[in-house]
Amino acid sequence: MHEIVIHLYQVMFAIGIFVLISLGLAVIFGMMRVINLAQGEFIMLGAYFCLFATQLGLDFWLAVLCAGLGVGLFGILVERLLIRFLYGRIMDTLLATWGLSLFMVGLVTSVFGPQEAGVDAKLGKVTFGAYSIAEYNLVLIAVAGALLALTFAIWRYTRFGLVARSVMQNPTMAAALGVNPRKYYMLTFGFGSALTGVAGAMLAPLVGNQPTMGSFYVAKAFVTVISGGPAPLTGTLYASTLFGATDGLISYRTTQVLGEIGVLLIAIVLLRMLPLGITGHSARRA
Amino acid sequence: MFARLSETQSVSLPPALWWTAVALALAAGLAIPSFTGLDVHLDLSIIFIFGILALSMGFMWGQVGMLSFGQTAFFGLGGYTYAVCSLNFGETTSAMLLAILLPAIFATVLGYFMIYGRISNIYFTVITMVVTIVLEKAIRATSDESFVIGDVWLRGQNGIAGLPDLQVPWDPATTLFVTEVYYLAFVLMMAVYVGYRMLLRHRFGRVLLGIRENERRINLLGYDTRRYKLAIFAISGAVAGLAGGLYAVWGNFVAPEMMNLNSAASVVINVIVGGKATLLGPLIGTGVVQWLTAWLGTAGVGQVNLVLGLVLIGFVMLFPQGILPMAAGLGREALEAARQLFRRRDLAAAALRKETNS
Repeated sequence: MHEIVIHLYQVMFAIGIFVLISLGLAVIFGMMRVINLAQGEFIMLGAYFCLFATQLGLDFWLAVLCAGLGVGLFGILVERLLIRFLYGRIMDTLLATWGLSLFMVGLVTSVFGPQEAGVDAKLGKVTFGAYSIAEYNLVLIAVAGALLALTFAIWRYTRFGLVARSVMQNPTMAAALGVNPRKYYMLTFGFGSALTGVAGAMLAPLVGNQPTMGSFYVAKAFVTVISGGPAPLTGTLYASTLFGATDGLISYRTTQVLGEIGVLLIAIVLLRMLPLGITGHSARRA
Repeated sequence: MFARLSETQSVSLPPALWWTAVALALAAGLAIPSFTGLDVHLDLSIIFIFGILALSMGFMWGQVGMLSFGQTAFFGLGGYTYAVCSLNFGETTSAMLLAILLPAIFATVLGYFMIYGRISNIYFTVITMVVTIVLEKAIRATSDESFVIGDVWLRGQNGIAGLPDLQVPWDPATTLFVTEVYYLAFVLMMAVYVGYRMLLRHRFGRVLLGIRENERRINLLGYDTRRYKLAIFAISGAVAGLAGGLYAVWGNFVAPEMMNLNSAASVVINVIVGGKATLLGPLIGTGVVQWLTAWLGTAGVGQVNLVLGLVLIGFVMLFPQGILPMAAGLGREALEAARQLFRRRDLAAAALRKETNS
C-alpha cells in the first residue's frame, strides 16, 4: 500500500516538474511560435533571482514572486531588443536565442562564478510509513497545478487572453480591429518569461544552482511542448503526464539519465505516429 | 524558383576554373608543412577536422534546408566509436571505418522516425538538438566502473585518454604522427568538399536543391522526398562521424565535451559566419572562428561563451548571409564602381576628342 502511494507521489512530482519547466515555453513557443532556446537560461535566471532575494533576507515565497517579476521584465527587454525583429523568421529566432543563451551563461558565470549555490525553502518533511517526503515537493506539485490552471484561466476567460489569442491567430486582422499587436506580443512574451522565472525559483531549492543549469531543462521543455501539439496548454498537460510518469518511474527504479533517455525515445516514437503532437487531431484548441 | 537557383549558382565558378582552384588549394595545403613547425600542423589539423564537421552541417542546412544540431552527436559518437574499438581491437583501421559507419546507422534510425513522421523542419532542428543533449548526458553518466564496453571503461565526464595513433592500413607497424595527421585531415577535408560538390551536380543533388526550394512541388513531381532527406541525413552523419574519428586520432582523447551544446553552437557559428549558401562558406567560417577563439583565449577574455553568443546574435541580426557572400557582394560592387569610373573617363575622353575635332 505504502509502496503504491510512494510511486504515485514520485509520478506526481515528476509530472509537476515537467509542467513547471514547460509552461513558460508553452506560452512562448506553443502560442507565439517563438522558438526560445534561451528558455533554460530564463529558468537559471529565475533561480538566481530567488537565490539573491533569499540571501538579502527576503521570505522564500516573496523571492519566488520577485523571480517571476524580474524574469518577466527581462523577457520584455529581450522581446524589445531581439525577438521583435525576428517574428516570422523562425530559424533566425532559434539561432539568435541560442546566441542569447550562450551570452547569458557567459555573463552569469563571469559575474557570479561557476560554482553551485543552494537555496533553503525552510520546509520540513512528512513521514509516511517507512518513507519520508519533503513537504516542499508536495507544495511544488500544488504550485505547478495552480500555475497551469491560472494560465489556462487567463488565456480562456479574460479579455487579455481573448485579445492575445486573436493576435496570435491573425495579427493583421486584430490590428484592423484596433488592437496593437506589438503590445500583445510583448506582454505575452513577458508573461511566458515570468512563468519561466517562477519555475526557476521553485526549482532553486531542489538543485545546485549554477550558470549552466539551464541545459538540464531546455531539452525536456521542448520535448514536452512539441509532443503536446497545437493546443499548447492541454497538450503540455497531457505530455507532462506521459513523460512525467515515464521519467518518474524509470528514474525511481534506475537512474535519472535512463529516465531522460526513456522520455526521449517515447517522444521520438510518438512523433512518428502523431507528427502533429498529442492534441493534433482534437478540434478544441487552447 | 529558377531565379533563386541560378542566383546560388552565380556564386560558384565554372567547372574548369573550379578544378584549377581546387588543385591550387590542394598544392598549397600539401606544401604548408614543409616550411612550418609542428605547432602549426597541429593547429591547422584541428581546423580541417572542424571544417569537415561544418561541411556536413552546412551542406544540409544551406543546400537542403535541414538545420541539424545533431551533427555534434554524430561527431561525438564517431570519436567514442574510434576510442572504444581501437582500444578493444588493438587495431585502428576497422575502428576508423566503424567510426564512420556507426554514426551513419544511428542517423538512419533517428532520421527514419523524424523524416518519415514528416515533422516540420523546425521540429527536426529541435529534436536533433535534444538528442545531442541527452547523448552527452548519457556519456557523462558513465563514470561508474561498471560502464565497460569490451575492456574499455567509458569514464563518464573524464573522457577516455591514451587512444592509439592511427596505423597505416597496409602496414600496422607504422603509425601516423602530427604531420601525417595533418596531411590526412587536409586531404579528407578536400575530399569531402569535392564529394559534396559533385553530389550537388548529380541528379540526387538537384533533387535536394529542389527540396530546399519547394518540397511539396518536388513531391508532386513524383519524388519521394523523404527518401532523399533520409539519405542525405545518413551521409552527413557518416561525414560527421569521420570528423569525430579524426578528432580522436588528433588528440588521442575523447570526452563528452565533443557533443555538448557549446560544440553544437560552435559548428552552427562556423557555418553562419562563413555563410551557408556555398560549400566554401563553412570552411572559411571554421577557419575564421577557430582563429578568433584561439585569439580570444590568448587575449585573456575570460568567457568565450559571452563572445560566441554575441557573435551568433550579431550575425543572425545583421549579416544572416555570412561573410563570404558579403565579401562577394562587396567585390561585385567594387567592380561595378570601377567599371562606372572607366566608363565616365571614356565618356569624358570622347567628349574632349569631339571638342578638339570641332
